[in-house]
Amino acid sequence: MLKQCEGSQAIAEVVAMCRPEVICAYPITPQTHIVETLSSIVKAGRLKPCEFINVESEFGALSVAIGASAMGARAYTATASQGILFMAEAVYNAAGLGLPMVMTVGNRSIGAPINIWNDHTDSMSMRDAGWIQLYAHDNQEAADLHIQAFRLGEALSLPVMVCVDGFILTHAYDRIDVPTQEQVDTYLSPYEPQQVLDPDNPVTIGAMVGPEAFTEVRYLAHHKQLQALELIPALAAEFKATFGRDSGGLLHTYRTDDADTIVCALGSVNGTIRDVVDDMRGQGVRIGSVSLCTYRPFPSEALRTAMGHARRVITIEKSLSVGIGGNVSHNLRMALPDPATRVHTVIAGLGGRPITRASLKRVFAQAIAGTLQPLTFLDLNTQVIERQLERERAVRRSGPAAEAILRDIGINGAAQPEGNPT
Amino acid sequence: MTGPRHIKFYQTGTFTVGNRLLDVAVQSVQSSLDRNNSLTSGHRACQGCGEALGARYALDSAMRATQGQMVVANATGCLEVFSTPYPESSWRVAWLHSLFGNAPAVATGIAAALKVKGRSNVRVIAQGGDGATVDIGFGCLSGMFERNDDVLYICYDNEAYMNTGVQRSSATPAAARTATTPTVGDEPGNVFGQGKSVPLIAMAHFIPYVATASVAELRDLEYKVERAMTFRGARYIHVHVPCPLGWGSDTGDTIKVARLAVESGLFPLFEAEQGEVVGRRTIRRRVPVEEYLKLQGRFAHLFAKNADPRRIALIQAIADRNIARFNLLEGADA
Ligand SMILES: Cc1ncc(C[n+]2csc(CCOP(=O)(O)OP(=O)(O)O)c2C)c(N)n1
Ligand code: SF4
Ligand SMILES: [Mg+2]
Repeated sequence: MLKQCEGSQAIAEVVAMCRPEVICAYPITPQTHIVETLSSIVKAGRLKPCEFINVESEFGALSVAIGASAMGARAYTATASQGILFMAEAVYNAAGLGLPMVMTVGNRSIGAPINIWNDHTDSMSMRDAGWIQLYAHDNQEAADLHIQAFRLGEALSLPVMVCVDGFILTHAYDRIDVPTQEQVDTYLSPYEPQQVLDPDNPVTIGAMVGPEAFTEVRYLAHHKQLQALELIPALAAEFKATFGRDSGGLLHTYRTDDADTIVCALGSVNGTIRDVVDDMRGQGVRIGSVSLCTYRPFPSEALRTAMGHARRVITIEKSLSVGIGGNVSHNLRMALPDPATRVHTVIAGLGGRPITRASLKRVFAQAIAGTLQPLTFLDLNTQVIERQLERERAVRRSGPAAEAILRDIGINGAAQPEGNPT
Repeated sequence: MTGPRHIKFYQTGTFTVGNRLLDVAVQSVQSSLDRNNSLTSGHRACQGCGEALGARYALDSAMRATQGQMVVANATGCLEVFSTPYPESSWRVAWLHSLFGNAPAVATGIAAALKVKGRSNVRVIAQGGDGATVDIGFGCLSGMFERNDDVLYICYDNEAYMNTGVQRSSATPAAARTATTPTVGDEPGNVFGQGKSVPLIAMAHFIPYVATASVAELRDLEYKVERAMTFRGARYIHVHVPCPLGWGSDTGDTIKVARLAVESGLFPLFEAEQGEVVGRRTIRRRVPVEEYLKLQGRFAHLFAKNADPRRIALIQAIADRNIARFNLLEGADA
């Protein structure tokens, strides 16, 4: 059924249709609307049986999900930003224990400086935790991915993170094709655990493992992710058969067949990228794009097929691996067959900075002209950087950098403290 | 207090000695042939480990109280490490270890799962050391209490982070030597802080049941676990468990040391329901704190030639305050 609604609401409605038995909630922008909506669904008795637990922290949220999953319940939570860091230890633990659960990440930057707006630093920080990571292209996919995530995670006994761009998707009103409960029930059967706490058949879960077996246990975690590479496309195909639309899978290609320039990105920015591709195609440029839906496991093989023929590849990345550059480009470099393929990393959209078509078009053109650096920060205001660096050179106590920069660009409105050098 | 106190014992030693003189119906769980051996032999705890003893008694009582329908969430710490060296396990219960600081939340999740599945007969226990409970897991513990989740949390208090090599926790007593409160300088050992009583904090959550217990009073520990299992909602038992390795006490003195902690007033034994104290174990034979302190290497500096005698007096004052606060002497010599 078509419905005009907020992304968060669509996600919550669809999560509820997946019949989670335990939902743990803790507020953090921009994920909060999802758990708020779920709380009213549960309270109104529309989702039964379900325990909705207001926990005391994100660490508590994921720990409750761990306990619930180990006891054989389908568990769900949502978080973002500082929240995912606060639960970091439990993120690794859930994957290490092999406990399926689904967590939405309403992607947001990480402080300091504290910033509530969208980028991918939060989920990227957990890319090696052993979770499957799916990134939604638009709100339809955001909703749909949750149905596939429960199915996938439970099939492999692994936790799955569905990453949804904060505000850009979570707070946007879109037309969503909301599935019926019957469709969801057809696609997703009740959870059958691989391991479970059972008083009548007691097992020990979470024993201490030393060097004699640790590598093997870790290898098996990797092996499971490789299995996911096969299962994800199969589940997306089955999804299409049940729901009648393409959603999920490893990646989505756009006008890549004859492209010698291919742009690769995660999440909602792909919409803007496609507009620019169309625009440049109109001017005769052979450009295309790949929207990476599955980031962990990394679909190297599928990427090779999709973009191995490109002469140059540009990644648009909403997170910065400080001290080196891009995470996606690094992984991509490993996947590309020809070492001669040029790979450009463009760091963009940090802390919610708009990624405009004009700016994208400019860097794509530069890449084609051979003038784009291997690492570029989109729309970086170099004047601001220079002023701050100059300040730091001039005086030892130059003060907090972020605040000084805000003063420079004159948007904080704060009175300048007396005697503070500017 | 209800429970085993009406029993007249012939010995003044341990309750277990008197056990066989009792009617079978009131004998200890541990003396029964069909006890569960929840924490069974073969684990790697040190000789004389109070934590291993306490856990075995507590869980066997809980297993009896629940007819074996029970699940345990364990925090990281000695109890977890010595019981599950891969690929062995000493647990004869359904048991899960997740992290150091999240056992109360994991237990909440288990209880929630049981609730949605309509399996109210299966009960949940979470357990951990003092570090897991009074320090790193404190937020999760308070959350679990405040929501009144159907979990019994048992803290085995050996008064330091033992598993990592005896470092100070906020349960470490004044003057105790640990690896991070060394016996150097003018005030050797741990500082004289104002203390932190998690049982009293638990009571301030007005949860159905809170108790302190000791491995010196094993039948009392069993009784308190059984009592706890008669309630639904959040419950808390704080068990004093000497650690010969960390305390520098003789491995054969574990029970004796634990008993002296009780009889000096340093570790008061009480029970509370809905936030009100409803019972306490009075001291049979009051002893000065020196008797307790001098058996332990961690307090040896208090008895050194040049030691400041006021420091022992300060510890005695803590014991006296406990005795007054919990009225521990009332009827003791009756
Ligand atoms: C987050 C985290 N910090 C630190 C540790 C290291 N650590 C493991 S066990 C332990 C001490 C446990 O102390 P306690 O809870 O008192 O139990 P005990 O070993 O004394 O029985 C510590 C510090 C850890 N495993 N996880
Ligand atoms: S160090 Fe202490 S608590 Fe740990 S096993 Fe040894 S005696 Fe028990
Ligand atoms: Mg301890």
